[in-house]
Amino acid sequence: MNDPRVPLPDLGVPDAGAVVGAPLPHDSAALHVAGEAAYTDDLPEPKGTLHAAIGVSPVAHGRLRAVNLDAVRAAPGVIDAIVASDIPGANDVGPIVRDDPILADGGVQFAGQPVFAVAATSADAARRAARLGRFDIEPLPAILTVEEAMAAAAFVLPPVHVARGDAAAAMARAPHRLSGTVRSGGQDHFYLEGQVALAIPCEGRTMHVHCSTQHPGEVQHMVARALGVDDHDVVVECRRMGGGFGGKETQMSLFACVAAILARRTGRAVKLRLDRDDDMRSTGKRHAFVHGYDAGYDDDGRILALDLTLASRCGFSADLSGPINDRAVFHADNAYWLPDVAIHSYRCRTNTVSDTAFRGFGGPQGMFAIEAVIDAIARATGLDPLDVRKANLYGTSERNVTPYGMTVEDNIAPGLIEHLERTSRYRERRADITAWNEASPVIRRGLALTPVKFGISFTATHYNQAGALLHVYSDGTALLNHGGTEMGQGLFTKVRQVVAQELGLAPDRVRVTASDTSKVPNASPTAASSGSDLNGMAARDAARTVRGRLAAHAARMLGCEADAVEFRDGRAIGSDRSIPFAKLARAAYLARVPLSATGFYATPKIHYDPKTLSGRPFFYFSYGAACAEVAIDTLTGEHRLLAVDILHDVGRSLNPAIDRGQIEGGFLQGWGWLAMEELVWDAKGDLRTHAPSTYKIPTSRDWPVHARVDFWPGENREATIHRSKAVGEPPFMLALAGYQALRDAVASVAGYRYAPDLDAPATDERILAAVDDLKRRMGSGA
Amino acid sequence: MPADGTDPIRFVLNGGRVDVAGVSPQTTLLTWLRDARQLTGTKEGCAEGDCGACTVVVAESRRDGTLAWKPVNACIRLLPSLDGKAVFTVESLRAPSGALHPVQQALVECHASQCGFCTPGFAMSLFGLYKNASAPSREATDDALSGNLCRCTGYRPILAAAERIGAIDAQACGATGWRGPGVAADGSRIVSGEEQLLAAQLDTLRRDETFVYEGEGRRWIAPVDADGLAAACAAHPDAHIVAGATDVGLWITKQHRDLGTIVATGAARDLALVRVGSDIIEIGAAATLADAFDALEGDYPELAEAWQRFASVPIRNAGTLGGNIANGSPIGDSMPALIALGAQVVLRGGGTVRPMPLEDYYLAYQKTARVPGEFVAAVRVPRRAGGLALRAYKLSKRRDQDISAVFAAFALLLDGDRIVSARIGCGGVAATPTRATATEAVLAGSCWTPNAAEAAAHALEREFAPIDDMRASAVYRRRALGNLMRRMWLETGASTPPATRVEQVSATW
Repeated sequence: MNDPRVPLPDLGVPDAGAVVGAPLPHDSAALHVAGEAAYTDDLPEPKGTLHAAIGVSPVAHGRLRAVNLDAVRAAPGVIDAIVASDIPGANDVGPIVRDDPILADGGVQFAGQPVFAVAATSADAARRAARLGRFDIEPLPAILTVEEAMAAAAFVLPPVHVARGDAAAAMARAPHRLSGTVRSGGQDHFYLEGQVALAIPCEGRTMHVHCSTQHPGEVQHMVARALGVDDHDVVVECRRMGGGFGGKETQMSLFACVAAILARRTGRAVKLRLDRDDDMRSTGKRHAFVHGYDAGYDDDGRILALDLTLASRCGFSADLSGPINDRAVFHADNAYWLPDVAIHSYRCRTNTVSDTAFRGFGGPQGMFAIEAVIDAIARATGLDPLDVRKANLYGTSERNVTPYGMTVEDNIAPGLIEHLERTSRYRERRADITAWNEASPVIRRGLALTPVKFGISFTATHYNQAGALLHVYSDGTALLNHGGTEMGQGLFTKVRQVVAQELGLAPDRVRVTASDTSKVPNASPTAASSGSDLNGMAARDAARTVRGRLAAHAARMLGCEADAVEFRDGRAIGSDRSIPFAKLARAAYLARVPLSATGFYATPKIHYDPKTLSGRPFFYFSYGAACAEVAIDTLTGEHRLLAVDILHDVGRSLNPAIDRGQIEGGFLQGWGWLAMEELVWDAKGDLRTHAPSTYKIPTSRDWPVHARVDFWPGENREATIHRSKAVGEPPFMLALAGYQALRDAVASVAGYRYAPDLDAPATDERILAAVDDLKRRMGSGA
Repeated sequence: MPADGTDPIRFVLNGGRVDVAGVSPQTTLLTWLRDARQLTGTKEGCAEGDCGACTVVVAESRRDGTLAWKPVNACIRLLPSLDGKAVFTVESLRAPSGALHPVQQALVECHASQCGFCTPGFAMSLFGLYKNASAPSREATDDALSGNLCRCTGYRPILAAAERIGAIDAQACGATGWRGPGVAADGSRIVSGEEQLLAAQLDTLRRDETFVYEGEGRRWIAPVDADGLAAACAAHPDAHIVAGATDVGLWITKQHRDLGTIVATGAARDLALVRVGSDIIEIGAAATLADAFDALEGDYPELAEAWQRFASVPIRNAGTLGGNIANGSPIGDSMPALIALGAQVVLRGGGTVRPMPLEDYYLAYQKTARVPGEFVAAVRVPRRAGGLALRAYKLSKRRDQDISAVFAAFALLLDGDRIVSARIGCGGVAATPTRATATEAVLAGSCWTPNAAEAAAHALEREFAPIDDMRASAVYRRRALGNLMRRMWLETGASTPPATRVEQVSATW
């Protein structure tokens, strides 16, 4: 491959006529563009629907002595108002640890914590009334930062240590050594649709909740607990979310419970839709981390020993902080072999909103740390950072065991990086940029190429299961329900393709319906990039069951063996005859053949010990790499992403259009995390950036003028659904290339001799400070 | 015509005439669309005009048988302000046959929706672009989408959909009548018969007397000229004067304030005029930001970037320069440049007109020289003088639709390389928009040299005592101010200017 632009062989092109692998549009695309796709807030409201709002704590930490709601209850339109003691069942929505009150009871633990809720005849009336609550709170000292929590040894969960070999001894033997600290910031999900729940009280003890959630099953469970009823008394339904990104994995439970409690008390439907400010103040975000490292390395930049501390701001409760921080540990190697290593993970308790799942789930923060270490080694050795990265990659037959003891069996990173290095013209551009920078006093360019290796599976092993329910009607149309949820990622589209392919139907003959706890029980959250891996398999299992029965019946009609019947092009095809699928369905119905089936899947091979974090937590890895070029302004710190070249591994794609969308969207969201989006709390613990006026996510102008996305031409070596790979989260971390390119541009002001002191997000202000700092260091020769 | 508040708000919604009575004048268009009309395609993402999920297109009669097509934010648009206009929501875009509009079809074909929640807003912004451009460039598309946030796609497929606008065969797509293109390939305007009919219908809704509307105990008074406005302000000295409501809208949606009586400037036709005279450009207080900036760009093309970065297209279509000035935010983006240009604000109370230098209008944090009963009538900007070196620099966390951390505008009047006078307007560094008089003094009379620039940069770094907030620290604001002075030198004084802006470089590809 001498021509750097030679296209990759395209495994993404499916067999002619195949549905799986075709770049079909999102199953709701036409509804989306027409404004006809219904989100929870768009559903027709039952007669007499009330609207709820929450009243929140104004202080970060304190003893809640009393709440006076007299003015709230007297406000126009108010029908009901509740505090913690009004909750009929459990006042808790903690997904793992029971430390997450629905409404504060006894103490308040962050500014913005829900303390009471009000139901009124309009949303406006409810929101106005919610401002009238009077709190008697005795303030207590608040811990707001990781540093303060570390000093106070305040943790939501005990620290975790993972070690292999003897890092200290290897460090002492290493020819070179360096250490440092770097921070990565939190990130608001900024799903365009905020948290919303509509609870409809039904007969007896039953309750039907429409809400925007990635985990209907958990919302069902939490609502039942809060109401003091059983799981079978509550149905939770969600056709689609207006974005989730992890922010609706656990965070919906509290609001659904509030709506359901108010609905039970008033006997009327209650809708609770947070406005943007309440949503940003009162729901969890990506964990901010402080990454401390001490590394020993050789002349070639090879890491010989690493002692890494990952301390995260978890907020006041555990939420998902345990598995998130575990995943940070699992990804602190990224794609690199770390021979002697010790990783220390601290889950810090702070008086801030409890941080939660966000695309990557700790993985980005783990990778952020090791990429910063690599960058520091490159500057110290004078090597090109890409050469240091390549020198440290996992091997394929040796140097291939992760710090947590899993053998990397599918390592395609070296070849993938080599290819991208050529197609992105990394070396030529590196030379061009270095020369250009020398002649440019104000604007500097930077370039970086970084890999991604991301483990696929829930680390909570029991979540790696899925169910599906398929009906074939007598007109030959199929209706599928599965436990996954649609948040825009195209899951319903992909699963529809899988089922259509199994039944030989056009995709529009298969309808995927709203996630519904009364159809598929105990479904796992749609998270961990696992949606199509799990639900695609479960749906295929259901489809194969129905297909088998239809094949048996078709065989009788066609006069052939059942296993000779093929389903394609809307027909069942025997040896030399065929019948339309609809006709077969009708005949099977009349012959009393069951045309409904459930399907199930449990991911094989995975096992791991959550105490020692060792084993095989992941079924496989998804890989990718990005090469990014940026420009910075050394007078103002302004920066711009100029170009990105991405080579990403989606296995054999189920739908290349959707996969490309995940790659591009994930990349730019990652760029937002690393280069733009800054959450700012004041000294009292109040979030100052709680609306898009102050919290800036990327706009269209931030998409780089040069952008190229290619798929790595390989299928999943594991037997996943059609040998595809998960794609939801891994591309997020491709944005590390952009952040490393910013570091590269900053480093240019001091002849690339020092690693910049640059935390993320790399705002204009931080870049200018890093530039000024390097100029000073160069001036002083330090 | 009754002026007792019983007259309904009259406008055209998705092609059909509607009369609205009884609802509070504080009602936003978005709330009314969703709650009263069950038109739920228009979404609320932020209720502050920052995300664009609520984008609709408002068409206004140009009084020549054509319409001006303007995407605006429904979430902060007050319902009575639509009186006499036409509103199009996403539900109206499909052709009568049910076919998607070509911009919608392009979004589908380019895989430009994922979660779909922002998508109706993008469809409407693209429809607005389609009505105002024939084959938009990437730059023009980014401008048109500057008020729309998407969290899923990374925007690439949306940009790809916009690229198709130039290739749309409207007839073949069934995009006829008002749904058809607005601009031909040669730049000429395309006006369908349906558009002419609609314009004529809007002309019949035009009022010749003050529109007084009451609902839920609150009153909206919209005079049709400046004299009427003066009378209304005099009669209701404690009324809130509202122009585009791009800030006042947030008082309603975020602070839940009861504004009582509102006097609206938007219907005062003579107040919306921009007059370019021989000595001054006079911009009426009701002229939209978009119209005002167009007028100023003629004399001052250096301000184009600042105007382009002022909020978003939907905000510039609704907000007014007069409102931005009257509101007096310390981070308002028009004032530093206008102060540097020596603009005057014109206050009117009853029949009395009171001009004053813009910088004198701002007394203290959110306190201005306007007294009750007065309103901002106009801004007067001097025509360009020869020898002017002008730059306006905005620093913000994001290039588009963001509020300045620092804004600095430098206007040096040069005679050869001697600085005859210097005016520097700054925002984000003090409690009000302000002049940097100490730095101006350093520059005035000296030669425009690196040393002078450096001395001025030092002075500017020390001139103000800015605060730390979520947009930037005081340290950054001071440091950046000085560096912007250095940039000014490099761009206007250096013999071989180096690249000074990240926008000037492209990838090494």
